[in-house]
Amino acid sequence: MKLLEKLMKDRLAAASLAVVAATLLIGLCAPLVAPHPPNEANMELRFAGASWTYWLGNDHLGRCILSRLIYGIRPSVLWVLAALGAAACFGAALGFIAGYFRGRIDAVLMRICDVMLSFPGYVMTLAIVGMLGAGLTNILLAFVVMKWAWFARVIRTTVMQYADADYVKFAKVLGIGHLGIMKRHIALAALPEISVIASSSFGSMILQISGLSFLGLGIEAPHAEWGMMMNEARSVMFTRPELMLAPGLAIIVVVSAVNFLSDALQKVLDPKLAVSGKRASVRIGGMLRGLRKKEAA
Amino acid sequence: MALYTLKRVGALTPLLVVISFLTFVLNGLSPMDPAEVVLHAQGVPTITDELIAATRAELGMDRPLLIRYGDWLLASLQLDFGDSFITGKPVWSLLGPALLNTMKLTLVSSLFIVVLSIALGVVCALKEGKWLDLSVRGVSFLLTSMPAYWLAALMVWYFAVKLDLLPTSGMDTAGSYVLPVAVIVIGYAGIYFRVIRSSMLSNLNEDYVLYGRACGMSERKLTLYVLRNSLQVAVSVFGLAIPIILGSTVVVENIFAWPGLGTLTVNSILGRDFPVIQAYVLVLAVAFVLFNTVSDVMNAAMNPRLRKEL
Repeated sequence: MKLLEKLMKDRLAAASLAVVAATLLIGLCAPLVAPHPPNEANMELRFAGASWTYWLGNDHLGRCILSRLIYGIRPSVLWVLAALGAAACFGAALGFIAGYFRGRIDAVLMRICDVMLSFPGYVMTLAIVGMLGAGLTNILLAFVVMKWAWFARVIRTTVMQYADADYVKFAKVLGIGHLGIMKRHIALAALPEISVIASSSFGSMILQISGLSFLGLGIEAPHAEWGMMMNEARSVMFTRPELMLAPGLAIIVVVSAVNFLSDALQKVLDPKLAVSGKRASVRIGGMLRGLRKKEAA
Repeated sequence: MALYTLKRVGALTPLLVVISFLTFVLNGLSPMDPAEVVLHAQGVPTITDELIAATRAELGMDRPLLIRYGDWLLASLQLDFGDSFITGKPVWSLLGPALLNTMKLTLVSSLFIVVLSIALGVVCALKEGKWLDLSVRGVSFLLTSMPAYWLAALMVWYFAVKLDLLPTSGMDTAGSYVLPVAVIVIGYAGIYFRVIRSSMLSNLNEDYVLYGRACGMSERKLTLYVLRNSLQVAVSVFGLAIPIILGSTVVVENIFAWPGLGTLTVNSILGRDFPVIQAYVLVLAVAFVLFNTVSDVMNAAMNPRLRKEL
């Protein structure tokens, strides 16, 4: 909670947090918030402009754009968050094991990570989607497969720092089990690191999933998704360019809020990174994180 | 230095073998039987079990996995990735020209990205905290949050349709490079300029700058020194950037109908043309690993401190 207080001091971060929280909440309560069913076609209202019943107008099938935007939060943001959570848990668990026990298991896990990280992210996603077929589930699966190694690698480094700390040694002497030590003494210390990497890849994943849907590799037709909405708007781009606006702006707002939040989080949790440090390792670590971020988009 | 290079290259071989094996195994992930896909693609009206068995034998799928992998690897080394399921042409005859086109796009874009991000990074670092720095950073932040295809659509709409200045698709003239390159550059320059900027800033805080200043060295000369040291980081960053850009032109290529890898791959995924997808993954993964190694070696050549790490 101290963390939240610190974050709130930064106004931009507070605003970003509000935007992200509101988006998640609206997405969760989509049926309550959306004014119309998202797939309700109404051919008389094709390409209708904004009106009091349809705030953002209607698309090429006369569906309510606002409602589709609201329902689109689910695949575009909520499911991405779920995939991110799964990747973080899986990666963090393996990272814990590797960093805590060391030895052979560490060596094996890290070699696997090396291989996973040597595939560029976008190529990996395309490979999995290509083999399993297009669809939201497969993209989410690809995200988990692609990201866990990154989490495992970073968590391992963090855990290694703490595994040798005096209080951990003391806990061992007291006879507390491995699981107890990991839970009580190491997991909490590694939490900031996990949240920083997770939040920094969140934005790029949102961009990526909408990009894949835009290409027709993502979610299937009647469902609303932001990239999909733009894909549908693309065919009438020259006559009705305004249809591209709503989903595009939604993505920009959410992604920049997430990115701001991630930067603010990093500053609060790790002040060393904010001021230009002298140690090369810190610098390069921060940079690579930035690179990973962009790898997707 | 020679030892370092040797070690790096030595570490490459097992990695490449594992990558190629993973790419090969990837095919097995598919829920569909390749033999069936081939028969469907060739438009065979009724698919019998015998026909599937015959096709499987023809594709060599009835042999053990490792033997198939060995054959596939040997063939791949000679750029023989088999035949496309859909067109029946050799995969390389589709992939080769597409790779070349994507390379052209990537190299032109990378050139602009390097120049633009070094220029912006240096200027912003020297003017740290001033309005120029703040505004460039603000704009770049916004641009990196923007989906590339959205930006592309806006640009097509404005420059190609409204102003009728530039072609919207294909790669017939030099003019067709302008829009795709612009979209890629806008997406990446914002990231890489920040890297250059922070590298410049941390160098500006080093003791040698303070010492130089104390000795009365001119600011211009100092800036040149700092720039030289910061560019070391730039080399490794751009070494990593090129394969990343190569792999991520997919969306841009699709919008501008660029006859490159991205267009080919998306069409192959939609048509379930597995050999093409497999070849694409292998080629890009190998390119990624090679570029990484080259940039590591170049970095070590410039900065002896890094050689000890291995």
